[in-house]
Amino acid sequence: MRNLIAYPLLGLAVIFQSAIISQVKLISGYADLPLMILAVWALQDRVKSAWHWAAVTCVMVGFVSSMPWPVVAAGYLGVVYFAQILQRRVWQAPLLAVFSVIFLGTLFIHLLSFAVLRVSGTPFAFDDVIGLITLPSLLLNMLFSIPIYALVRDLARWVYPFEEYE
Amino acid sequence: MNSRSLQTTIIFLVVGGILALSLGGFFGSASRQFNSVLIDIQTWFSSRFTGLQDFITAPRDIVSLRNRNAELETQVSQLQAQVIELQQRVNETEILAALVDFSRSNPESTYKAAAVIGRDPSPFLHYIIINRGSNDDIRRGMPVVTNQGLVGRVDAVIADAARVQLITDPASSVNVYLQNAETSAVAFGSVTGDISLDMISQNSTVESGDLILTSGLGGGYPSDLIIGQVVTIRSLEFELFQQATVQPAVDFTRLEIVLVITNFRPVDITPLEPLPSP
Repeated sequence: MRNLIAYPLLGLAVIFQSAIISQVKLISGYADLPLMILAVWALQDRVKSAWHWAAVTCVMVGFVSSMPWPVVAAGYLGVVYFAQILQRRVWQAPLLAVFSVIFLGTLFIHLLSFAVLRVSGTPFAFDDVIGLITLPSLLLNMLFSIPIYALVRDLARWVYPFEEYE
Repeated sequence: MNSRSLQTTIIFLVVGGILALSLGGFFGSASRQFNSVLIDIQTWFSSRFTGLQDFITAPRDIVSLRNRNAELETQVSQLQAQVIELQQRVNETEILAALVDFSRSNPESTYKAAAVIGRDPSPFLHYIIINRGSNDDIRRGMPVVTNQGLVGRVDAVIADAARVQLITDPASSVNVYLQNAETSAVAFGSVTGDISLDMISQNSTVESGDLILTSGLGGGYPSDLIIGQVVTIRSLEFELFQQATVQPAVDFTRLEIVLVITNFRPVDITPLEPLPSP
């Protein structure tokens, strides 16, 4: 039942993203709060509901954003996939894993967005996208990932208490 | 009355008389010196008494002053909150007043005011979310403006909200004409949120500062809505068209309240467009 916290938490994250974070720009890029929450959540070793959270995030972001929904779905599910792979390999350095997943996830979503929008006829220049959107967004995601990591880790401990896990 | 008490009475009267004459200024400089000594003595006693009084009553005053200070600080914080709220209302009122002026000066259109409540979560797209939807008769394709000029058009609608594609979106294109040059062009958005003009005929003379308005061609937007001014022109002889950069009339970073033109129905000319030959 505690997993239902995903709905209000991710709902608030999407509202926060749309209302505030999207206005805090670095050049033309900005941080992706749902991505960071999802990445950190999926990296917690006790968490078993990362795919559910990814699905909820996809529905909420897809509803608000004008980005084609396959991009949103593939992007956030891809983030969880990266997290699941890295969780088994660098589990002793959680912050390193968080940085890696957020780095890979941001790049993946941005490249996917660029490719799909370009194919659908939006005139993007690759250099502009990398220099003006992707690199600033990566920097902001890395910066914000540290406090998000602390918050989501505590949340994971509350949702999956240690005794219950053992 | 015995002689001793008479003597005492006389001494008192003499001394009293001297004092009265002295205080009355009848002794000249001697009187002033005497007065100044008296005043100095009184000042000394008075200041000591005041100091003592302060020392005795100070703790009580500090407690009462602290209480009073706390009350005043509470009042100040409440007033500051009120001031912030009133400033927000003043800003909102100023924006609304400007929008009302705009709607009065353009009576051919009907408008619905909406507040901007969000932006697209993806940095690739330049969309805003407004707090009016199909319940307020907002429909897809309706143009969105401010008193400064064209903002964009409604892209998607739900019951109580709508998503608006800004003219700065990389996928946006608006048919425009340059008022001074009397030539048409197309305004495109970009990743950075800048607007550029393309498809300007090489025969036209475009100058910096020329006003750019919607032409209404294509049926996507009404005509004569302000977009901005030409900043720089790029004209190369070997290219088919000239290009220009645009200073938008609307400040897209500070959009708070917008107007949706509700009596405009966009025309879908897609069926009239020629199909590419095989």
